[in-house]
Amino acid sequence: MSVDLSQFIPSFLEESFEGLELMESSLLTLEAGDNETIHSIFRAAHSIKGGAGTFGFNEVTEFTHLVETLLDEMRDGRREINQQDIEILLESVDCIRLLIESARDGEPCEDEKIAKTSALLTETLNATKTESPSDESPVSTEDNGAENLTYWKIQFLPEHQLVQTGNDPLLLFNALADLGEVTLHANADELPPLTEMHAEELYLNWHIDLVSTCSEDDIKEIFEWVEDECELIIHKASPQKQEATEHTASVASKLTSTDTLQSKTPSQAQPAPASRSNDKKSTAKPKTEVGSIRVGVDKVDSLINLVGELVITQSMLSELGSDFDMTKLDKLTSGLEQLLQNTKELQESVMRIRMLPISFAFNRFPRLIHDLSKKTGKSIELVIKGEQTELDKTVMEQIGDPLVHLVRNAADHGIEPAETRLAAGKPEQGTITLDAYHQGGNIVIEISDDGGGINRQAVLTKAIEKGIVEPNASLSDAQVFDLLFEPGFSTAKEVSDISGRGVGMDVVKRNIQALGGRIQVESEQGKGSTFKVNLPLTLAILDGQLVRVGEEVYIIPLIAIVESLQVEPKLVNRASGDMVLYRLREDNVPVLPVYQLFNLPADNTNINESLLVVVEADGQKVGLMVDDLLAQQQVVIKSLKDNYQQVEGVSGATILGDGSVAMILDIQGMINIALQRAQREQRNIEKVAS
Amino acid sequence: MTKILVVDDSNSIRDMVNFTLKSAGYQTDDAKDGLEGLNKAKASAFDLVITDVNMPNMDGITLCQELRKLPNFRFTPILMLTTESSGDMKMRGKAAGATGWLVKPFNPDKLLATIKRVVR
Repeated sequence: MSVDLSQFIPSFLEESFEGLELMESSLLTLEAGDNETIHSIFRAAHSIKGGAGTFGFNEVTEFTHLVETLLDEMRDGRREINQQDIEILLESVDCIRLLIESARDGEPCEDEKIAKTSALLTETLNATKTESPSDESPVSTEDNGAENLTYWKIQFLPEHQLVQTGNDPLLLFNALADLGEVTLHANADELPPLTEMHAEELYLNWHIDLVSTCSEDDIKEIFEWVEDECELIIHKASPQKQEATEHTASVASKLTSTDTLQSKTPSQAQPAPASRSNDKKSTAKPKTEVGSIRVGVDKVDSLINLVGELVITQSMLSELGSDFDMTKLDKLTSGLEQLLQNTKELQESVMRIRMLPISFAFNRFPRLIHDLSKKTGKSIELVIKGEQTELDKTVMEQIGDPLVHLVRNAADHGIEPAETRLAAGKPEQGTITLDAYHQGGNIVIEISDDGGGINRQAVLTKAIEKGIVEPNASLSDAQVFDLLFEPGFSTAKEVSDISGRGVGMDVVKRNIQALGGRIQVESEQGKGSTFKVNLPLTLAILDGQLVRVGEEVYIIPLIAIVESLQVEPKLVNRASGDMVLYRLREDNVPVLPVYQLFNLPADNTNINESLLVVVEADGQKVGLMVDDLLAQQQVVIKSLKDNYQQVEGVSGATILGDGSVAMILDIQGMINIALQRAQREQRNIEKVAS
Repeated sequence: MTKILVVDDSNSIRDMVNFTLKSAGYQTDDAKDGLEGLNKAKASAFDLVITDVNMPNMDGITLCQELRKLPNFRFTPILMLTTESSGDMKMRGKAAGATGWLVKPFNPDKLLATIKRVVR
């Protein structure tokens, strides 16, 4: 029978990636004499190799074998642990990851890094001229081709204690019988007198005649486990061709079973059938990863509890409803309240399932810093805080790359070279701190360094040079630092291969904004900089402020709202044409009447009597003119693009409690609209003037 | 019914061995390391133990030695499941009382064929 193991590939992959992470983090902390750590690294490599072999991921197996051999030497103390070897092993971890990924996608891996690292490994291994155990396939049978029946004479003389290791001669004979026709002759010559006989010892030996097409190796393989506990003599009986033909008939029945065994044997040398079918599968649907989440049992238990309570509430309510009269109104109200409570808790629990500790995203940074230290020649320490802070899985997956970019930046531009640091009276080793914590409904991730800080003047000069700001513009610190996120902006004097190609910071910002988050910079010259990334905990639910315009209800993301106010007529400035500005402390905020934007009949079109909701995105403020402020509530975001089409100024929709659909305003989009209008006005004025 | 104890620290290997054995009609139980395996062995009888060598807490060699000390396991076949096919590792297994070894990569057909040599 053939067993299809391809169903286990996903769990093998997951386990392997975990193993690689463990290898990486352990290698980074590995010190000489730390045997437990080497053991755990070895075990991880060992498991990957074993699993990869099973699924026929031969490239992974071969590569990992080299790594394993090197680790084995370290483990046995035959090799000193030095930094150079650790570097090679770290590179190898990357290579194994690449190989596994390409094995998963069913594509050949063509990264030159593999060959390079593999050569390095081989070289390192050969340098110590330790014989690598190369008797990998002791069971492969090359010369099983003999179609002709052979007469084997086997003498099997087991030692007395053979049975004490759990071996059983009878089972071995059964296995021989699978190869061909077996005739047994037991020899009891060595049987001692009954008084001297030991119940746990074996005193018999056997002469076995075997008629089979098998090779000598096939026979040896059966006795493989007992070969050092017995005397085994195998020889071909003198060729008795004539006799053979006589026997053919009697052995014919046996041949069928021999055939099946023969047909199996060659397959051992090739990838197992299971893995081949997998290859096909993975090429058929490449890279359609079905993400899975590991959920703590406690989270599942709390869900089950909640569902239980929900069921109780539901049955109570339906009982109440079956014969309801007004005297039971109190009961109904409390029942509904309970339902609300249950639903809320259930929602929270379900959301919690998607939440993972941010350590998943932070885990790759020790390695990154290690590599960056080496590349830049700066000594950098990484401090990670708040790694247990939980974050939605989707958000986590998408925030990884922007964070990497920010950390690279901190290492490359933030931390100064050692001489500069020492001259400034700072410790030689720079520190980069990663911190994560919850604040309101958001998660804040801080990347700070104790480097030189951002040179305000340099940024400004560069921005003026690039024509991003006017030469005589007066900007606040925050506004200056925000220039870093302008497309095409890079202050690094030389472009290094670590960061500073001028693409990146703007992408970082865009990625963060796409997640509904924002990024802020704080910096002090000479002391260092802090990049603060503010992200919503989840993408599926949003805290919204419901507002009314005419008959319609819109939702404004609470995170975008600066304040809501009743317009004070004396603060309203009509700039030019239709453009209205509202004086909000030191800012002039453009007013955007929502009714105009969506062409709605509004209750109130007079700016002087209206309500303004001041929202902010990307450092820009705009005042949205609405008729009424309604409740604040959490809304579930439904994509408008998936269900209808993209609409300007609207980021999505939700269904309200009464079943009606409400649009969620896209603040960034609204601001863009307001800015475009302002520019149009400006042009009109210029036209009129000329 | 033949009952087999599978001891391996790798989830996927354990699952695969279990699956293979079950599909051939064997009854199985599993443990994630030698220590857990030993405790399971003390708690109930098995007709065969298949164990990995490299495991945290207690490795396969030690497990084998410990099992041989238990009256119930004096003659129970114990197979080492390992990628280390060097003679040295085999000898260490044998010295610890192992019945035999299975060389990874783990091949289901091969596994089923070879365990027939030690269990009925």
